[in-house]
Amino acid sequence: MITCWQCKKELEKGLFCPSCTALQSPPTDYFTFFSLPRHLSINIEALQAKFYDLSRKLHPDKYSRKSETERANSTAATAVLNDAWRTLKNPITRAEYLLAQSGLEIGEQRSKDVPPELLEEVFELNMALEELRHGDQSAKVELATAREKFQAMLAASDADLENLFVKHDAESGPPALAAIRAVLNRRRYISNLIRDVDKELS
Amino acid sequence: MSSSFQIDFSEAGVTQRIIGIDLGTTNSLGAFMDLTGPAIIPGPDGEHIVPSVVAIPESGDPIVGIEARAMLTTDPDRVIYSVKRLMGRGLDDVKEELKLFPFRIADGSESVIRLTIGNRTLTPPEVSALILKQIKTNAEAFLNETVDQAVITVPAYFNDAQRQATKDAGRIAGLEVLRLVNEPTAAALAYGLDKRKEGIIAVYDFGGGTFDISILKLHNGIFEVLATNGDTHLGGDDIDNLLIAVALEDIQSEWSENIRGNQEAVQILRKAVIEAKEQLSFAPAVKLSLEWRGKAYQRELSRDVFNKLITPVVDRTLTPCRACIADANVTVEQINEVVMVGGSTRIPLVRTAVEALFKAKPHTELNPDEVVALGAAVQAGILSGDVEDTLLLDVTPLSLGIETMGGVVSKLITRNSTIPASAMENFTTAVDGQRNVLIHVLQGEREMARDCRSLARFDLKDIDPMPAGLPRIEVKFLIDANGILSVTARETRTGKEQSIEVKPSYGLTDEQVEAMIEESIEKAEADFIERQVREARVEADRIFKAVDKGKQNQAWDTLSDDEREAIQKVYNELILAYHSDYYDLIRDKIHELDQVTRPLAERMMNTAVSVALEGTKIE
Repeated sequence: MITCWQCKKELEKGLFCPSCTALQSPPTDYFTFFSLPRHLSINIEALQAKFYDLSRKLHPDKYSRKSETERANSTAATAVLNDAWRTLKNPITRAEYLLAQSGLEIGEQRSKDVPPELLEEVFELNMALEELRHGDQSAKVELATAREKFQAMLAASDADLENLFVKHDAESGPPALAAIRAVLNRRRYISNLIRDVDKELS
Repeated sequence: MSSSFQIDFSEAGVTQRIIGIDLGTTNSLGAFMDLTGPAIIPGPDGEHIVPSVVAIPESGDPIVGIEARAMLTTDPDRVIYSVKRLMGRGLDDVKEELKLFPFRIADGSESVIRLTIGNRTLTPPEVSALILKQIKTNAEAFLNETVDQAVITVPAYFNDAQRQATKDAGRIAGLEVLRLVNEPTAAALAYGLDKRKEGIIAVYDFGGGTFDISILKLHNGIFEVLATNGDTHLGGDDIDNLLIAVALEDIQSEWSENIRGNQEAVQILRKAVIEAKEQLSFAPAVKLSLEWRGKAYQRELSRDVFNKLITPVVDRTLTPCRACIADANVTVEQINEVVMVGGSTRIPLVRTAVEALFKAKPHTELNPDEVVALGAAVQAGILSGDVEDTLLLDVTPLSLGIETMGGVVSKLITRNSTIPASAMENFTTAVDGQRNVLIHVLQGEREMARDCRSLARFDLKDIDPMPAGLPRIEVKFLIDANGILSVTARETRTGKEQSIEVKPSYGLTDEQVEAMIEESIEKAEADFIERQVREARVEADRIFKAVDKGKQNQAWDTLSDDEREAIQKVYNELILAYHSDYYDLIRDKIHELDQVTRPLAERMMNTAVSVALEGTKIE
């Protein structure tokens, strides 16, 4: 039985003690914190409304006259609230969070681990980058075209993700997560490429 | 011994008042939440502003404010100004700047700067504490109650060490700092822009020594900071230094004399330059003149030339503005309003540049020198519960990370994250039986540790000896609502709290701050006496008033000549005592005056009663 730090009565689910209303130490899991099912498709407007509502109830500004324990709980709870909102509002970080919890972290992407379907494009891109570094300004046009192509690939993988999210929420389980992980890996690789191109073009 | 009827509100009040303090580079101010809204706390002379200048005379107590500022030109060796620029910094950070400051730096200033004045050595938090104490004293005199809780403002772009130094200064001054609030956010609160239900606003805060830009989203009383950027080493001071450099060059070619090394001359020139700069906000041209040892230098300075001269400085504020707009993920067109804060926003070129960038006419209705203090008072009101429905969600200005293999920084909390914010990281050992793990925490946006700001080294100690890689130590990094980091750690297998030794890279250790508080408690005795003197004077004022009134009463004429003379004598003695610093003398004379005026009081009472009896029928 988990009890309230203040009145020692039994706690139910939720951040506040049902008996004495004291703020409790918060759960650290983002989905639990927001009382959400572990789904990847999320209604962002509803979540944002919840974020603002909880901010008003939990923020340390509201606890400056309270006991030390409650002040510490307020800072801890608001930190989880902010961390959770920041992570869950973005579909990429949301998926990465769920993957990491299932032991499927996305490691630091190394530039040599090229997704096979991208090999040809990456080869051409590196050639163009090399030419530009050697002063061939005409390579800029090529790079700009390549950038557009990669940008389109990003948009495509975002659409893929959306579909995979729906699939995951319906059946969940490791295969759904593995598919998401592959898209995220590819996505990260592409955005690194775009970053490299932007660095050269600027 | 109080002889008059009174209700003591100070004791009756259950909640203590929290004041708001703008601890600025050039000027500081206090404010409080009045019944109608935030209001500035004036000093005993009626002045709102306390110049952030501290003089340490050869003997006697430190002098703070206007008087200290006046000593800049007569006694420059004993005066400290713009100390905010040195807060939370080490010697390497301020090498360039110190060339422009007349301060002498003591040995051992690598992690905390130590200023030498005569035979005293002071750290920046101690100097700031003297300024804060002055504001505390002003507040206590004005509000006639003890004040020991405060909200203090800091530049939004202040790092952890600078924030910690500000908090330390508050503690040394005997203030419990309930919140550090970012200056631009405070300004937004003061403008009461929450009347506007929804919208995006930018706050451009160009002060004496720091520059901040913040972009906020407003909705239903929540002020949510989307992004912040700035430069903690850019302000009006830089404009002054530019003008001084030009004038010094002029003077050298005209007089064939280099007066750079003479602090008195440079400070007189600084004063002239600041006056010229301020006048140029209104006049198209001014005369900059300096008289020194019988020689005179004069130069006409037009606003055009001034503008050309300061354009690089103004431009330096625009780069952080653009970065901030990008980070906030908004377009210039989406920004509904721009608020101007800080004395340097009075410069017409600054206003033009801001208007051009944001394509909106900037708000300048509130005094740019007072708006931050007023906002601090609003935040104090939020904390005390007097201000409801308003909530500030601020962000951390810099990313937080740890040093990993090869000196690369691994980011844990990215900049512009809403605070409080936290991050968890697991650590283990690399060698069998390893007892310690050292974590180097940094702040900044660069990839290499050497390019970021070192915050502290955390030493996880007394790890149970185990094969390499087996211990699992979970370390939690927490940035609180003040933007200050704390670190806790726990061994996950045993659940045991892991002991940590913190070695801050810059700033004072907790023990050092404690020692300074100790010292100030000794000083508190002197403060207590000062307070008693003040209270005695209030009492004296009351009895003066009563006696003056008595003299107008017909009862005065019924007294004997001796009685009247006795009263007048003690009355005069009390005036003399009043202007001394001996509270017991003032008390004695009040008591004496109370005694000798008793016949007067009795006769007045009788008259009053007989007057009352005439009109009232007793039942």
